[in-house]
Amino acid sequence: MDVKYINPFLNATVEVLKTMAFMEARAGKPYLKTNHSAPGDVSAIIGITGHINGSLSLTFSSSCIIKIVDNMLGENFQEINDDIKDAVGELTNMISGVARRRLSEIGFCFKIAIPTVVSGPGHQIKHMSKGPTIAIPFDTTAGSFTVEINFSR
Amino acid sequence: MSGSLDVKKKVLVVDDFSTMRKIVRNVLKQLGFEDIVEADNGANALAVLRNEKIDLVVTDWNMPQMDGLELLENIRANDMTKNLPVLMVTAEGMKESVIAAVKAGVDNYVVKPFTAETLSEKLEQVFKKRGI
Repeated sequence: MDVKYINPFLNATVEVLKTMAFMEARAGKPYLKTNHSAPGDVSAIIGITGHINGSLSLTFSSSCIIKIVDNMLGENFQEINDDIKDAVGELTNMISGVARRRLSEIGFCFKIAIPTVVSGPGHQIKHMSKGPTIAIPFDTTAGSFTVEINFSR
Repeated sequence: MSGSLDVKKKVLVVDDFSTMRKIVRNVLKQLGFEDIVEADNGANALAVLRNEKIDLVVTDWNMPQMDGLELLENIRANDMTKNLPVLMVTAEGMKESVIAAVKAGVDNYVVKPFTAETLSEKLEQVFKKRGI
């Protein structure tokens, strides 16, 4: 998978969390994902079609997403509930939207679908294409999350 | 923060994500607005507009059933709502999308992600332009 498809999603992730949740996110070492297991407590996945096809997912630890949504909404959540799940979907929507804009600026046009949110112990993420899935772990002061990018080539 | 704004006006916030509706509602409340109603897609927003007197619409673009652009086109096509101020808050920031929204008659445009200050500024620009 070409890095030019990956970097816009990573930069968008950092930008969206900084702007909407006042949170700094530091990217760790990317790795090739070889199973469907979600590395966290709640995930959202969104389909991407166009120049190439695939999907983007975000998976958050409970502590991380609760702090993010607390910051976004000025509330004090205690657990993953419908509000938190909705926010995970909206964050995924925003991140894919920013990445889509950046990719269009370098000539790659994509459409994005509406995200699906899944949660609970042992939940799985099933990406849209049979191509490779790259996982990028992120760390924040409130915990970790992982971005996965899957493209058909 | 609200200056000379007429904060008694009624605002309709349209987004399929409750998170974004809350964020917009929080900014409107910071500006002093209290009469705020919500809809989760364009079709439901049109139903609200048929039944209530709304003074400003803040809408997302990408929504199921009826998106924000189609909602805007419907608002402009109806004699009862054609002059209603509309602000779009959306992940759609590409040039062609902005042109389409301007052609359809949007008053102003905020691209996600945004700060509360940016949304406040855009809202105040709409209020000033429309004399709200």
